[in-house]
Amino acid sequence: MPIKNTNSRYGWVSVGIHWLMALTVIGMFALGIWMRQLSYYDPWYRDGPSLHKGIGILLLIALLARIVWRNINIRPSDDPALKTWERVTAHLTHFALYGLMLALMVAGYLISTADGRPIDVFGLFNVPATLHGLPDQEDIAGEVHEILAWILILLAGVHALAALKHHFINRDSTLLKMLGRDANSTK
Amino acid sequence: MKKLIALGFTALLGFSGALHAAEYKIDTAGAHAFVQFKIKHLGYSWLYGRFNDFEGRFNYDPAKPEASTVDVTIKTASIDSNHAERDKHLRGKDFLAVDKYPTATFKSTSFKALGDGKAELKGTLTLHGVSKPVTIAVTEIGGGKDPWGGVRQGFHGTTEIALKDFGIDYDLGPASQIVELTLDVEGIAQSMM
Repeated sequence: MPIKNTNSRYGWVSVGIHWLMALTVIGMFALGIWMRQLSYYDPWYRDGPSLHKGIGILLLIALLARIVWRNINIRPSDDPALKTWERVTAHLTHFALYGLMLALMVAGYLISTADGRPIDVFGLFNVPATLHGLPDQEDIAGEVHEILAWILILLAGVHALAALKHHFINRDSTLLKMLGRDANSTK
Repeated sequence: MKKLIALGFTALLGFSGALHAAEYKIDTAGAHAFVQFKIKHLGYSWLYGRFNDFEGRFNYDPAKPEASTVDVTIKTASIDSNHAERDKHLRGKDFLAVDKYPTATFKSTSFKALGDGKAELKGTLTLHGVSKPVTIAVTEIGGGKDPWGGVRQGFHGTTEIALKDFGIDYDLGPASQIVELTLDVEGIAQSMM
């Protein structure tokens, strides 16, 4: 697999970051739900949210790097069998997934930094607060974070179902390309 | 209108300059009033917090203290323990459930002067949708003319409440069942200009 994308396939950076972020987003969703119902005396009461925040910041860095990488790479062509509406819907979904992830992570950052405290990333570095002290900031950011998390996970589910549909029903190269295969070798 | 009537009463009673029966508005605008709490953390230290947004009034007549009344309404969402994430948790369903119970109120039922500036104030505290009688140990701090033409009167009060009496049963541990409330109010007499 090449590093960079070509017309017919994704490079390993694009493939790697896609799957790494996919697994992380699903894991973060589960962690976010789970950690909120922990009792005060649970050993994970403090570590759960610390982990969620640390991973969240790393995920934000990965997302920004991914957006840069996407823009300095060519995008492999869509499978020629795709209809126009499929192509448009897929691209809109991808765009929405990026936007949702970005907004979701910014909202999460605004919860934890609402009183000016920085976010500690596994003791490695701190991300300082920027916007803080807005009225009800932690509550509003919290609501937004939760709503966006649900929308993201539902849309990611639609995205995954669509990929499976292309693979098993249409039997085209859509999913195989994201697994690193060359579209020309899957015919 | 209220002010006019109050002014009328003041005139009837004579401008003696000494304190007499008056209705006081708690000076939350000038933040000379505090609703603070403390609770033990794990039994190892005290955690302090306060409610920033509240309003209230009291009636007080040094000649007839038993006629005193107090009425305070607190916006529960204004809880502030100097930590946004904790405050968010405290506003949520585990604790104050501020969406469902946006206000807490205290209405007095009796006031008994104990001498030496001390008093026992009884009333009903409504918190988290539960109304319970509470007794506040009151100390009169002082009162009289302020430098700007008004008359003020201030009190300090303390009481303890058990969280689970008010239906707040999130388990903070055996040492953290009781919240101590410290209330400091300075009222500005409404019958004076």
